Amino acid sequence: MSQPSTDDPRYKLASILAPPQLARLGAIGATLIAATAAFAWTGGYFSPNRLDQSRMIDAFEADNGVHPGFRRNHAKGVCVDGTFDSNGAGARVSKAQVFQPGRVPVFGRFALSGGVPMVADAPTIVRSLALNFSLPDGEAWRTAMINIPVFPLKDPRAFYEQLVASRPDPKTGHPDPQALAAFVAHHPETAQAMAIIHARGFSSAFANATYNALNAFLFTSAAGVATPVRWSAEPVDAFVPAPTAADGDQNYLFESLIARVQEAPAQWHLILTIGQPGDPTDDATLPWPADRERIDAGTLSVTHITAESDGNCRDVNFDPLVLPDGIAPSDDPLLSARSAAYSTSFTRRAGEPKTPSAIQTTNQPATSQTATRP
Amino acid sequence: MIKPFSLLSRLLHWTMAILILAMLFIGVAMVSSLSDYHRLVSIHKPLGILILILVAARLANRLINPAPPLPAGMPPLLRFAAHASHWLLYGLMFALPLVGWGMLSAAGYPIALIGPFHLPAILPHDAVLYAVLRPLHTVLAFALFATFLAHLGAALMHAVVFRDGVFQSMTR
Repeated sequence: MSQPSTDDPRYKLASILAPPQLARLGAIGATLIAATAAFAWTGGYFSPNRLDQSRMIDAFEADNGVHPGFRRNHAKGVCVDGTFDSNGAGARVSKAQVFQPGRVPVFGRFALSGGVPMVADAPTIVRSLALNFSLPDGEAWRTAMINIPVFPLKDPRAFYEQLVASRPDPKTGHPDPQALAAFVAHHPETAQAMAIIHARGFSSAFANATYNALNAFLFTSAAGVATPVRWSAEPVDAFVPAPTAADGDQNYLFESLIARVQEAPAQWHLILTIGQPGDPTDDATLPWPADRERIDAGTLSVTHITAESDGNCRDVNFDPLVLPDGIAPSDDPLLSARSAAYSTSFTRRAGEPKTPSAIQTTNQPATSQTATRP
Repeated sequence: MIKPFSLLSRLLHWTMAILILAMLFIGVAMVSSLSDYHRLVSIHKPLGILILILVAARLANRLINPAPPLPAGMPPLLRFAAHASHWLLYGLMFALPLVGWGMLSAAGYPIALIGPFHLPAILPHDAVLYAVLRPLHTVLAFALFATFLAHLGAALMHAVVFRDGVFQSMTR
């Protein structure tokens, strides 16, 4: 028998569309539509108004304008390099490599909160310190900390509502004080947190500020014991209260930081505050009791400051959930939301054209001064 | 009747079918979720690498154990569609994890899999490169979902309309 040269009639259009087949074709079509609908539903396409990472970053852009190439929050900043010298004390609560005794390289970024990259420095704008601890075998620990003792917003929804309430009125160019007051009235936890923040007060400079991670994390020891921890970077430089008014110089906080680090490395103690059962891990607006055990895990030294540019801290997402083995997220709903929103901000700015940052450094790190013989 | 696929081929096909569908749904969910983002990303990355390993094994298996021939009476156009869509599926199954790995490298992220185990970067840290690869990952993912729909539709056509044994060669 030779191979039939003609096509099998079952593949002909007439037989595919024959009346007995129509119900089967309909069932196949319905299956494909159902699969597509399930996919679209999972991606949130049927609920365009739900709060997701795009909407959160859109709210930052609506409040601050779009400044291409810059972070959507903490837009004004400068890059730092340094080291972390672990004294080994943190190894009691976490098996993370960073807590073994020894030195690891660190880079990071000092910044002002808010999405305006050319904003003038001012005493009570929240300051941030973001860090990347570079650990062996490709591991890293990233953290983004701020100089207030508690966070004023308890979850992503409150964060978004606060952004909406802070939106500048197109007529005045300023946020509507009534909208902000109404927001706080609906969020007693924010009012309580603001009272704690104001009671603490702000320091005069970047180098003498305490930076707090605020969200709780779960540390796991080598023995497998999990411990809730909040960490902070506490300055070696003595606290000096902030003046009531800005210095007048647009960049006075950053200029004083640059001058300070030129003199000698600026240093912080990495303090791990150990939570007890019942301490809130899912609400960064609530402080933990003041008598909680504190472990001084080692010293952070900031040795160099450089302007943001290609490939340095500018192009790094300080995602607070880039964590080493031995540190895991807690049940704080802000953590996953921060990770998601930072990623969206990073993706948007990565592809945008870049313009120079507000803070430029004239000096180069000492390492670039290669000795040349005459 | 059509000769069935080898047991190993069927095992690889159905395992990967479940993993890839899960992966597509996890991917589309995580980029639009604040509360589940981290949980889903933490599954997405190691699962992507598992799929990359499996598709490499599957390509080797396919070269060693070729697919059974299509029915002799299938017209050339349908044959072409069958072959082209399969090579497209293979291409996307390789491209998606590689672009994902590459984009994490270009973004300067540590590429965490499970516990302390990390993968090396396969591309230099370059924000502009990341800005190209990140949307490419999305486009390829939607292309893979579309190709999956075509594959599912064609499989069901073979099963209930053509009834030519092609569907059974993978289910038996």
